[in-house]
Amino acid sequence: MKNLEELRNIKERALQRRKLAGEGARARIVVAMGTTGIAAGARDTMTAILAELEKRGIGDVIVTQTGGGGLSTYEPVVQIQIGDSELVTYGNLDATRVPALIESHIINGQPVTDWLVK
Amino acid sequence: MAYRANILISSEAPGADAVQAAFLSKVQDLQLEDEVQVLATTALMGAATQGIEALVYPEGTRYVNLTPADAATIVEEHLYKGRPVQRLAYVEPKVTPLPPPNTKEVRVVLGNVGKINPFDIEDYIAEDGYMALAKVLTEMTPDQVVEEMKKSGLRGRGGAGFPAYMKWTLARNSPNKPKFLICNGDEGDPGAFMNRSVLEGDPHSVIEGMAIAAYVVGAEQGYFYVRAEYPIAIRTLRVAIEQAREYGFLGQNIFGSGFNFDLEIRMGAGAFVCGEETALMRSIEGKRGMPSTRPPFPAASGLWGKPSNINNVETYANTAKILLKGGEWFSSVGTEKSKGTKTFAIAGKVKRTGLIEVPLGLTLREVVYDVGGGILNDKKFKAVQTGGPMGGCIPEQFLDMPVDYESLASVGSIMGSGGFVIMDEDTCMVDIARFFMDFVQDESCGKCVPCRVGTRRMLEILNDICEGRGQPGDIERLEELGKSIMRGSLCGLGQGAPNPVLSTIKYFRHEYEAHIYEKKCPAKVCRALIEYKVNPETCIGCTRCARNCPVNAISGKPKEAHYIDPSICIRCGICSQVCPVNAISVE
Amino acid sequence: MNELALQAIIQHYRTSEEGLVEILREASRQAGYLTPEHLAFIAKALHLPQSQVHSVASFYSLISLKPLGRHVVRFCQDAPCHVVGGRAVWEAVQAALGIGVGETTPDGRWSLLTTSCIGACSVGPVMMVDDDIHGNLTPESVRDILARYDKIGGAA
Repeated sequence: MKNLEELRNIKERALQRRKLAGEGARARIVVAMGTTGIAAGARDTMTAILAELEKRGIGDVIVTQTGGGGLSTYEPVVQIQIGDSELVTYGNLDATRVPALIESHIINGQPVTDWLVK
Repeated sequence: MAYRANILISSEAPGADAVQAAFLSKVQDLQLEDEVQVLATTALMGAATQGIEALVYPEGTRYVNLTPADAATIVEEHLYKGRPVQRLAYVEPKVTPLPPPNTKEVRVVLGNVGKINPFDIEDYIAEDGYMALAKVLTEMTPDQVVEEMKKSGLRGRGGAGFPAYMKWTLARNSPNKPKFLICNGDEGDPGAFMNRSVLEGDPHSVIEGMAIAAYVVGAEQGYFYVRAEYPIAIRTLRVAIEQAREYGFLGQNIFGSGFNFDLEIRMGAGAFVCGEETALMRSIEGKRGMPSTRPPFPAASGLWGKPSNINNVETYANTAKILLKGGEWFSSVGTEKSKGTKTFAIAGKVKRTGLIEVPLGLTLREVVYDVGGGILNDKKFKAVQTGGPMGGCIPEQFLDMPVDYESLASVGSIMGSGGFVIMDEDTCMVDIARFFMDFVQDESCGKCVPCRVGTRRMLEILNDICEGRGQPGDIERLEELGKSIMRGSLCGLGQGAPNPVLSTIKYFRHEYEAHIYEKKCPAKVCRALIEYKVNPETCIGCTRCARNCPVNAISGKPKEAHYIDPSICIRCGICSQVCPVNAISVE
Repeated sequence: MNELALQAIIQHYRTSEEGLVEILREASRQAGYLTPEHLAFIAKALHLPQSQVHSVASFYSLISLKPLGRHVVRFCQDAPCHVVGGRAVWEAVQAALGIGVGETTPDGRWSLLTTSCIGACSVGPVMMVDDDIHGNLTPESVRDILARYDKIGGAA
């Protein structure tokens, strides 16, 4: 890292990358994968999400991870963003809920309101 | 005659016949055909099919994906012994009541946690990551950084609360060379997990803070000491350090300033005392992690006898934000002596457990009820334990006290790293004190006799009290021992070890007295002091308790009142769980 | 663990006193436990007296000098987990494995240890099975979790 200019350029690039359209993706799914999340089953949730997308042949969804944001009671926690809309947060999203979640929110664009943590 | 129970089986699924046959044959085997009816139905369940399903009434338990062998198990366990088979039952996805938005939180340290991808340095840079380091290295002198830190009022978040700028200044002014920078990530207090969350969720914020501190202190080599019990934090941090090197935030001539700094991770090996700074440095050196006398302080003689600055994860994680937004911005929240925000780990009997960050000075009540959502199952609040095993238990009368370093100390507890364990009316305070004493007894490094032997003696007395062998004078002995241990120990572990006991004696002396003089445990936790009894008026003689008792302590004829033999009973409580008419009580 | 594997661990860290804690911990993790031969080998490689190596090895709880089973359960027995029902879960784990704390099953499959806080108090009670952390435990759920790893004996 040579100077501030270089850092600013990286920041611009990183902000651009966050826009889904630029990446050719329709949605982003973020799983909280801190220790508490994993202890509550987040790894199974992550595996189920990847398997479900694969099964349905969905290739334009970015699946990524983050740390535990503090909502331990609600782990596993999954966040979904469609297009440029706001991220919404789901709680107690265990692997059994994944197929219904993908079907409803990713495919039909309808958040599953019962599972949201607001 | 009416059946006691009904089993409904989904007859349409392939293989349902065999499962139905298995239900029937097991019912006959156990001679339950007069009590239990097996029915097939096509009208079952919702849209989501789960293989062969069965509903058992009157409980309405839904079993899914059944095989004939499962059917036999269900009849034997659920219908004969009266305990539903959790393993086979369909668990309705838990619909959580939506918590109201928590307006009391102000996130500085946790700002990026749960938001960015910790494995992608650019995600951190997108949130102005490493901008503070750039500013410091290109525009500020070390003295200006110190000045800004002083304005912020940031105090060490590891427990003692020593102002960060003072520590840095001491190490900076120390003449000896080379100097080292250390991050204490040996978070071991039971009930504290904020450092782990920061390392797992935003590792670069800590690396950036360390680089800034190193610039001030004049260190070129840093050590990150993380306990081995945090494998995910270590993996995250390892990737972060590699990426920071790759992008040139660590290494030679950072931002063209001529400043060099690099970092190494050192994993602990399971010793709580290594969270003490002098013990931690011995552990980095490859030795037994035993504390040593201070002075000399690490700033003068630390790692390998060289000047070292040591702060914890949260302290460093605050640093970059302070330098970017200014010390005044940070000190605009908090109390007069406790500035800024603090993370708290909330565990125990509250509705919402987890991690929060609030301005210092919020009241305990706000933390327990507004942020934590109140006590689980709306039970009564009894105490909150703050500061980990060297902290104390704070009773209800202090709920409106502000949470800051001085207030907590004034009621006999400490801030510690910020763990809050919340306890309700069902918690026995003697039992809890015993648990903490068991912890420190186990973790005492053994160097100081008062700590090594004293904690063991205290634990023995507490064990006696909980097991019904308490004697008059035990409370006084605990107090006397506690005070001697605090006076005669070298490090914070021994000096704080008696705190949970002393604070519970102070505020819950009546519970100790009930254990010792009445041989009763008011919270009905200590097994030697409780007795399970069958109420003969209520008991219907269903024999369920006798059949489920693991030690055959229950006798009685069918349809007659049963009796629990206290000399055989192990107080496991299974009988009261399986009793259909709540005829079993604890006294 | 053979000398080659041990040598690799020593090389990975460093061949001086500074690396001792990490070498011992990593070797113990890989081998399950350390024998007197392991300790002697490490002492020689690091040019340290055997007494020093032993004194460090016996200080840290994650360095084992006793044989352990194929799978190691580390149950958190600290106050936060205890407050939220840890005792009943702890009894269920002991019943499921048929052993008490510090013991190994006769078939060598399981060892049961306690651990100090693993920082997942908000999803307690918790335990570690090998390197995996399991939270929100109930007396009913532990048998299923353990059975995912290996056969369990013990009374139902």
